[in-house]
This record gives sequence, structure tokens and C-alpha cells, in this order.
Amino acid sequence: MTSETFVVAYEGDPDDPAVLDYAMIRAKAEGAKLLLVHVLEWSAYSFLTPQEVEERHGRRKQELSRANEVVMAPALQKCEAAGVRADGVIRYGQVVELILEETRKASATVIYVGRSGSQSMAARVFGSVTLGLAQLAPVPTVIVP
Amino acid sequence: MFNRIASLFALVAALLPVQAAAQGLDETINTIFADYTGWYVALIFADLPGTNFSWIALWLVVAALVFTIYFGAIQLRGFAHSISLVKGDYSDPDDAGEVSHFQALATALSGTVGLGNIAGVAVAVGIGGPGATFWMIMAGLFGMATKFTECTLGVKYRNEYPDGRVSGGPMYYMVKGFKERGLPGGKIFAILFCIFTILGALGGGNMFQANQAHAQLSGVLGDYPGWITGLILAAVTFLVIVGGIKSIAQVTEKVVPFMGIFYVVVSVIILLMNFDQIGWAFGRIFEGAFTGLGVLGGFTGALIQGFRRAAFSNEAGIGSAAIAHSAVRTKEPVTEGYVALLEPFIDTVVICTMTALVIVITGVLNVDPETGLYVWNAEAGRISTTGEVAGVELTSAAYAQAFSWFPALLAIAVVLFAFSTMISWSYYGLKAWTYMFGEGAAKEVVFKVIFCLFIVIGASANLGPVIDFSDAMLFSMAVVNVIALYLLMPIVKRELASYVGRLRSGEIKRFKG
Repeated sequence: MTSETFVVAYEGDPDDPAVLDYAMIRAKAEGAKLLLVHVLEWSAYSFLTPQEVEERHGRRKQELSRANEVVMAPALQKCEAAGVRADGVIRYGQVVELILEETRKASATVIYVGRSGSQSMAARVFGSVTLGLAQLAPVPTVIVP
Repeated sequence: MFNRIASLFALVAALLPVQAAAQGLDETINTIFADYTGWYVALIFADLPGTNFSWIALWLVVAALVFTIYFGAIQLRGFAHSISLVKGDYSDPDDAGEVSHFQALATALSGTVGLGNIAGVAVAVGIGGPGATFWMIMAGLFGMATKFTECTLGVKYRNEYPDGRVSGGPMYYMVKGFKERGLPGGKIFAILFCIFTILGALGGGNMFQANQAHAQLSGVLGDYPGWITGLILAAVTFLVIVGGIKSIAQVTEKVVPFMGIFYVVVSVIILLMNFDQIGWAFGRIFEGAFTGLGVLGGFTGALIQGFRRAAFSNEAGIGSAAIAHSAVRTKEPVTEGYVALLEPFIDTVVICTMTALVIVITGVLNVDPETGLYVWNAEAGRISTTGEVAGVELTSAAYAQAFSWFPALLAIAVVLFAFSTMISWSYYGLKAWTYMFGEGAAKEVVFKVIFCLFIVIGASANLGPVIDFSDAMLFSMAVVNVIALYLLMPIVKRELASYVGRLRSGEIKRFKG
């Protein structure tokens, strides 16, 4: 039996579990599988100092292991405990672009994204992740307050 | 944080008596340096018999020609591929978060784009006439092959440590590459290169920069003691390299590229404002390249100046770029060679040419209306200019013809360029230092504090012989590095053949575009 996959744009903020909780409820009700996507913001066109260049490889390893330990592993455990099948993926790059890429790759049918997002000046000028997904997603996108 | 501030005050307190002593000892230091090192400086910058062309510039130009021929004009054949690599067309998406080709290129460029592009070009055009521009472009184009060679080797023979850090550069390829080819003396070459790098970092990469930054600032703000500039620059550098305050370095790394881009944009605007004269200016450049148009020494005068300033500006063959480029994440060392060859193109062929064109087109070089030749100021040993200025002031005057606010902006740009060059060279010097003395926080701090002290000395004292000696060290790096490149170039050729073969067969995948 094939089941649907729901993508969760997962920021990993423990104080704001709403998006994951709601996605788990929906997945359980519909027998769907969750794909948690956590993106570490990164641009290949940013500028680094020579020291940062030297340390980058090591730092990337640390960042990935931290994201896995602090963000992804607890979330996957939570899903498992609730009896929801879930996979996780951690990527570097632009959040909206990569969530859409993972959505297409997994042939997911819904995207769940939190509303909190960033209130920074950059988000106001260039648009937040929530708005970006709402505008560009090829599948229905649920914005969880 | 408190500790950092406390240590900053401690450094400033330590620097004050040093500063006073430096000024008091100015004459003594000059004499000692001139007596003991003058012969070495004279040797490195000696002119070839019967010319005023230093053999070290010829050394770099010949190397560039040899590498261009040996690699079948890789800078022309591989130019489009270089752009594709920088755009990330061949970057594995799974490697996102690692140092990209673009980042390695930008970091290396921030170490080279600077005073050479602004002041050096003015010197070249002021002495060699517009024709110097033609030879500068030629030297830049050929220098691309040198960068290709050294940066490929830098990545191939770098050291990767268990904690993920990467160290590379000529000292590593000298030891490992020589061993691979069964050649003796790799370790001696590496030690020599490191000694020259440390001294070059303290001189050309530090004192010269601080000195010129102060000269430019006092030109705009009015004359004031150099130690003030030195102390401020040293304190900021200290915060970055010892205090680990990354935000300052990150701001500089972000501002400097935009300054560079802004400089090019302003240049293009000035050229567009004088659109009708662009053809004439190129005419002067080509005519001057082969006749000199009145400059001393005619054709050779133009050629010598162009070659010299290009070699001194883009650092091709000096080995510093190999240190900067070696940390990129790539499975193919040749890809970093391809990317690095863009450096002399951007630095010399684009930015230096822009400066030269603006100087020619704005008419700050005086022309005899009857003969059409430039008026030679025999006393100053250069072309007569509006206001009789030279060097960075000539560039400033040329740009001020179009935009009166430009000199103030140029002063800020020069200080930022100087600062970013100092940050880069503190890193190159540190790599050489740790190669010789071993890694360790205490050993590293010793070098970093010495580096900061030299900023104050460089800005406050007019230590001509010391700076000459440091420049000589910088080009001594090129002597050992280029010999190593000649000996190791067959390895690069093998790498290149293998890479191109796999690229054609499709084994090397294109991910984008």
C-alpha cells in the first residue's frame, strides 16, 4: 500500500511545536508519512575571511551534527512515540528553494509550515519563508498558526 | 568579552612606548636595515644590464609565458569552464555548506585587489604612458596560467586535519610534490618560502599597507601623526585576529567586494560619460605600447612599467594565492586552478585597465598639442600631470575630474582595501609561522601580536629601507615558488589531462545549467 507524504518545513524551535504537532495529527488521521525538512541557511556566494575558509569544513560537520542532535533526532523520536512514520532531511541553502525541491523529490502532497517565521527587516523586504512557500508551492500548503 | 577588552587595553598600553621608541629609533632602524639588507634589496630589484627592467619582473613574466605554452593557453581554452565552476554548475548539491569556488575566489581576491590596482596603475601610466596599459593587460593574461598552476598544486597537496581544518600552500606542495617526483630539497624550499612569507607578510602585506592607508587619510583629513592611524588599525586588527571578533572581518569581507564593484561601476560611468573618447584612448594605448608616445625609453619604457606593475599587483607566482585557495571543497584539484586563473583577469585585466583608461581619458596626463606626445617631466622622472601629482593622488585627481566627491570615497576604499589585505596577509604569515614552529595557541598569538606591532611601525615611521626589504621578501617568495612550479608542472599537466578526459566523457557531472 502506498501512502501520501506530507512535508514539514521544520525550523526546530522547541518553544513553537505547533507545526509538528498539527502535521502529526493530520498524518495519523490520513495514514500519511511525514518528511521533516530542516534547512540551514547558506549561500555559496557569501564572503568569508581566510580563517573562516580554513575552518569551514570542520564547522559544517559541527553544524550538521548539532542540527541532527538538537533538532531532527528529538522531532523524529516524538513522531515515533506518537506512532507516526517520519523521515528527516537536513540541507544547506535557501529555505524555500530546498523545501520545494524535497517536496518534488518525495512527491509530497501537502506542505506544513509554521506562521511564526522571521520578523526581521530582511524578511519584511524579501518575504518570509511562509509567504515564499505559499506563493511557490506546487501542492497545497498549510500555514499553522 | 571582558578578557578581550582587558587584553586590548594591555596591547594598547604596550604599543604606546613602542610607538615612541619607534619614532625615536627611526633613523637607527633605517641605517641598520640599509646597511645589512641593502645588498639583498639591490639584488632582488636589480635591473637587467642596460635597462631599467628588474630581473624579478622578467622572472615572473617568463614563468607566465612558460606556463601558458606548457598548458596550451589554458586561460583561453578554460575561461568558459572557469565561469561555470564559479557559478556552481559542477558543484555537488550534497557539498552545500562547504567553501564554494566563488568563496575561495572572493577571499583570494580580497588579498590582492587593493593599492596595486589604484596606486600601482597610476605609477605605471604616469611613467610608462598609456602604452603601459597594453603590456599590463598582456602580463595579466599570461599570469592567469601561473595562478592556474600554483593553485592546482595548492589543493592537490594540502593537509587535512582530523578536526576538519585544511592547510595548504607552496610549503606543502614543495615537500610532498618533490617527494612524489623523487626530487631532493623540498623541505629546504619550504622553509625558505616560509621565512620569505613571514617577512613579506610583515612588510608588503602589513607595513606598506598601513603606511599607504595613512598617507591617503592624511591627504584627505590634513596632516596628523601616523601612529594614530597605526594604533587604530592595529587595535582593529588585534580584535579580529587575536580577539576573534569575526564580525569586523566579516563586515570588511562584505564591504571590500562591494567597494571593488563600486570602483568598477564608477569607472564604467566615467568611460560612458566620455564615450566619444574611448576609441581615441584605446588608440593611445595601442600606439603608446609600441612607440611610447614621448615617454622615457619609448616602447621599452611602456613595456617595462606595464609588466612590472601587473606582476606586482596580481601576485601571480608569489604563492600567496595557493594558500588562500587550498581550503575549497573539491575532489578535483584542477577545478581550483581553473577558478584561480580568473584572479589576474579580474585584478589586472579588468580593474587595473579601468583605472588606466580613466587616467588616460580624463586628460590628467599633459599632452603637447602640437606633437600629440606626452610632456616628459625629466626632474620627476615621469609624464607631467595636472597639478604634478603621481601615484594614488593621480588616480584620485583623474576620478575627481568626473566626480568631485571621489577622493573622499577613494580614501575610505584605500583604508578598507589595505585592512582586508592585512587580514589576508596575517593569515598567510601565520600559516608560514605555524608550518615552521608548529601549531598551538601560544605560538600563534606571538605571531599575531608581532603582526599588530608592525602595523603601528608601518603607519608611523617613514622606514623606506625596511619597506624595501619587505617587498624584496615578497618577491623572494616568487623565486622559490616559481622554481618549485617548474619542477612540479608535469604533475599539473597529468591532473589536467585526466580531468579534461573525464569532463569530455561525462564522468564528471554537471549539476546545473
